[in-house]
Amino acid sequence: MSELTQGLIQAFWLVVTLDPDLVEITLRSLQVTLCALAIACLIALPFGAYLAVQRFRFRRTVIAVINALMGLPPVVVGLIVYVFLSRSGPFGVMGLLFTPTAMIIAQVIIIVPLITSIAHQSLRDLWAEYHDLLISMNTTRRQRIVTLLWDGRRALLTASLAGFGRGIGEVGAIMIVGGNIDHATRVLTTAIALETGKGNFALALALGFILIALAITVNLLIHWLSRTETGGRW
Amino acid sequence: MVSALFPLQAIGATVRRKDKTLVGPVDLALGAEGITIVIGPNGAGKTSLLKMLHGIVRLSAGQVTWACTTPEAQARQAFVFQTPVMLRRSVLENLIYPLRLAGMPKAQAIAQAKDWAARIGMAEATSRSALVLSGGERQKLALARALIRAPDVLFLDEPCASLDGRAMREIEALLEQANQEGTRIIMSTHDMGQARRLATEVVFILQGKIHEFEPAGDFFASPVTAKAAAFLKGDIID
Repeated sequence: MSELTQGLIQAFWLVVTLDPDLVEITLRSLQVTLCALAIACLIALPFGAYLAVQRFRFRRTVIAVINALMGLPPVVVGLIVYVFLSRSGPFGVMGLLFTPTAMIIAQVIIIVPLITSIAHQSLRDLWAEYHDLLISMNTTRRQRIVTLLWDGRRALLTASLAGFGRGIGEVGAIMIVGGNIDHATRVLTTAIALETGKGNFALALALGFILIALAITVNLLIHWLSRTETGGRW
Repeated sequence: MVSALFPLQAIGATVRRKDKTLVGPVDLALGAEGITIVIGPNGAGKTSLLKMLHGIVRLSAGQVTWACTTPEAQARQAFVFQTPVMLRRSVLENLIYPLRLAGMPKAQAIAQAKDWAARIGMAEATSRSALVLSGGERQKLALARALIRAPDVLFLDEPCASLDGRAMREIEALLEQANQEGTRIIMSTHDMGQARRLATEVVFILQGKIHEFEPAGDFFASPVTAKAAAFLKGDIID
């Protein structure tokens, strides 16, 4: 219990004094996760909409596989990305291993299935509602997808936030591909793992509280910016 | 103005789902002018017939042809559903949507949408969410959204079902005006009073098959089949 209190107090002072190390790893956490989220959204949201509007062979199988990939073990993703980016791997010449870029790649792989699956589920319901209207308006497939993405943007925000939550809290994969190098690839989660390993529980807890606060702040900020829960029933 | 889409011809057109025939085989030829009203009891196949002619359900047999190519014809039609589908947008954005789909510049689309909002008495409600409108307002908005591109033909599936008298009168006025401006109207209804007020020709459908297709005056004065006569009398038929 005293460690919890100590953690809270330490977290408070780290924030109040704008501890340079804390600021650095917090900004890196945000940079990595927000980049991964942006890339994942560009892939997952149109793909989720495509799955909602388009009927094709093995569509159900694709959806089942994506749903299954939501539970992809991050450590395995990290390992696979490591193999691909290591010097002996196919992309070794790019020198991406142990860089924030490698961490972004790993996070994208982890969160794309999650965002795709949630987006598909909400857009499937919207498509059921819009189907006859959009067909009767003689829309192209691209126009249907764009319409669903725009009109379903609030549900898609939830999907994106779920992806953000998964990404910001991820530790296994980015530890493997990032290496937790001080001033290079250390982020909040890997720092927590390191401090816990060193027995420095108070600092680990402090970082944990800051991570939680960061996740909540970003969620609230996005909700506020997108004016969710305002504008009547839409 | 006579539309180049017509005549619309259905030859042996049939829609089946899971071994059940919803409508057909239908043989029908519709000319370029007037208001065609499709009547019949519940489950007779009115909605399926309209959707089949409009081309949003797949034919199981036969064909539906227009005087021009099918893509050209599809681009010049509109459909208003019994339960209006509202886009999750404002009233104005619902009206802008079909114009933007057609590639109209934004400023012009906004101006035209505002004009239509005023025509349907919703000039003050343009920024409201379409989802919070009443049933009558929704149906008027759906009708305006369908008419805003001045389609050559407009299909309506019981557009006044469960509306009050005032909303029904407003919708009928819009339909008559659209028809005068050159839009061919093909519409189903349960309301015999409405059918008598609007129809220039009547299609009587029963169990998915067309039993009568007559000019409205002839149909209401002296229906040919006993089933149609019984239906007009208010008897229960199946």
